[in-house]
Amino acid sequence: MNFAFFEVFDVYLLEAVVNGILLGGVLALMALGLNLIFGVIDVVWICYAELIMIGMYGLYYAYAVYALPMWIAAPMCIALVAVLGLLLHYIVIRPLLDAAPINQLLATGGVLFFLQSFATVAFGIDFRNLGIRLPVLAIGEMHFSYARLLAFLAAVAGMVTIYLFMTRTYIGTAIRAIAQDRQIMVLMGVDSRRLYLVTSALGGALAGLAACLLVLQYDVHPFVGLSFGPITFMIVVLGGLGNFIGGFVASFVFAEIISLGGLYSDLEWGYVLAFAFFILMMFARPQGLLTRRS
Amino acid sequence: MTAPLLAVRNLQVRYGDLIGVADVSFEVAPGSIVALLGSNGAGKTTTLNAIAGIVPASAGQIEFAGRAIAGEPAYAIVRKGLALSPEGWRLFVQQSVEKNLLLGATPVGDKARIQHQLQRVYAVFPRLAERRKQQAGTMSGGERQMLAVGRALMSEPKLLLLDEPSLGLAPAIIETMYETFLRLHKEGLTVLLAEQSVDLALEVASYAYVLQVGRSVLCGPARDLLNNPEVQRIYLGVG
Repeated sequence: MNFAFFEVFDVYLLEAVVNGILLGGVLALMALGLNLIFGVIDVVWICYAELIMIGMYGLYYAYAVYALPMWIAAPMCIALVAVLGLLLHYIVIRPLLDAAPINQLLATGGVLFFLQSFATVAFGIDFRNLGIRLPVLAIGEMHFSYARLLAFLAAVAGMVTIYLFMTRTYIGTAIRAIAQDRQIMVLMGVDSRRLYLVTSALGGALAGLAACLLVLQYDVHPFVGLSFGPITFMIVVLGGLGNFIGGFVASFVFAEIISLGGLYSDLEWGYVLAFAFFILMMFARPQGLLTRRS
Repeated sequence: MTAPLLAVRNLQVRYGDLIGVADVSFEVAPGSIVALLGSNGAGKTTTLNAIAGIVPASAGQIEFAGRAIAGEPAYAIVRKGLALSPEGWRLFVQQSVEKNLLLGATPVGDKARIQHQLQRVYAVFPRLAERRKQQAGTMSGGERQMLAVGRALMSEPKLLLLDEPSLGLAPAIIETMYETFLRLHKEGLTVLLAEQSVDLALEVASYAYVLQVGRSVLCGPARDLLNNPEVQRIYLGVG
C-alpha cells in the first residue's frame, strides 16, 4: 500500500482526528444512555457515571480477580449495571416521579455520593486495571490502540442494537412514543410504569457496556466517574436533553475538541477547551446544537 | 329501558382552584350515538378526558358497563373497551401511520387479533392503508383525524369517545368523517361525540346533552334539540 497520500496532511493531525472519532463512539454510547433515561422518564441520572464506575469494578473483579473468561465476565457486568438501573428507578426515582425536578436531581446526586463512598469502603482507593495490554495498530506513521478500536466498534454495535430495538420492536416503539407524548400513551392502554422499568434497565445496560469498554482503556478507582461524568452531561445538554441525534453529534464534536486540543498541547488542555466550548455554546445555543431557532 | 353503557353522574373536575367541570350528568345507551354540545370552554373536553381517566374526577360517579371506573388509571380504562380520540389528535408524529395504529392496539395483545383489527381500520379508512409507511406528522389534517380515530378503534372499543372530530377540517372531509362514524355505528359501535358544531352533531346523534360553563343544562332527542331555540340561546351566551 502506498501511504504517499497521507503525506499531504500532517500525520499527527490525522491520527488525532481518528482518535477523536474513536473516543466519540464511546462518549456517544454514554450520552445515549443518559438521553434515553431523560427522554422517556424525564429525570436526569446524575449518578450515571458512578453506575459505570461500579460496572468497571464488576468487570475488574469478574475478569482479573475471579478469572472468569471475558465472554462471561462482560455480559455479567452489563447485566449487573442493568439491575442497578432497575434498582435505582425502583427505589429512588419512582417515589419521586411527581416531585419537583430539583428533588429528583438531589436524590440522584445523593446516589452519586453514596456509590462513591460505597466503592471507597468496598474496593479501596487503589487504581486497578484488568492487566490486559492490547497491542497498538500501526498504519504508516500513525498509531492506534486496539483497545480504542475495540471500544469504538463495540460502542457502535451497542448503539445499532438500541436503534434496531427502538425502531423494530413494539416496546421500542412504545418507548419512543412515551418520550414524545407521555400523557397520551396511557390512552393506548400502556402502563407507563412498566415502560420506565424497561427503560431503566436499558439505560443501565448501556452504562454497563460503557463500563466494559472504559475499563479496557483506563484504571478504575472510586472517583473515576468524575473524569467522564461531567463531559457526558455537557454532551447531552449541548445535544439538547433527550435529543438522541443531537447527543450523537455533540459526542463527536466534543471528542474532536478533546483530541485535537490535546494534539497541540496536553490532553488536559483538550478538556479545558471542551469545557470552554460548552460555556460558549450555552450562550450561543442554550437549547442545544440541533435546535432550530424559533 | 336497557342499562346505559356509560353513566356519568354529577361529575366535577377541578384544576387547583379552577373548576373545569362543575356538575355534569348524562347517559349513553348501548348502540347509540350521543352528542355533547356546548361552546368553547363549556367543559366538553374535560368531561371526555375525565371519563377516559387522563384527568382525575374530583367528585361524582362514572360507570362504564355497570362498573365504577372513576379513579382508575387511564390504561386500565382503555382495556375495558372505552377509547378516546383526543382533541388535537395527539398523534405520535415522528412515527409511521402503522406504528401509531399498532400502539393503539396495546390493550388487545393477541397478534392475530391485532392484524385483523388493523385490516378493519384500513378498510374503514383506505387512505391510511395507502399511507401506512408515512410519518404521521407529514399528513394533512383530515388524514390525521382519520389516524386518531383509527388508532382509538385499534383497541377494539365498545364505546368510542370523539373529541371535536370536525375541528379545523374542510367541509368535504368533515362530511366523509361523519359518514364513517355512521357506518361504524351501524356495525355496532357506541359513540359519544363532543362537538361545537350543533347541526353536524345533531344530524348523526340520537340523543344530545348541552353543556354550559361546566354544567349539563339541557338534554333531549337530537330531533327536538335541533328546533329548540334554547340551544341557540345557550350557544350565543345570551341571558
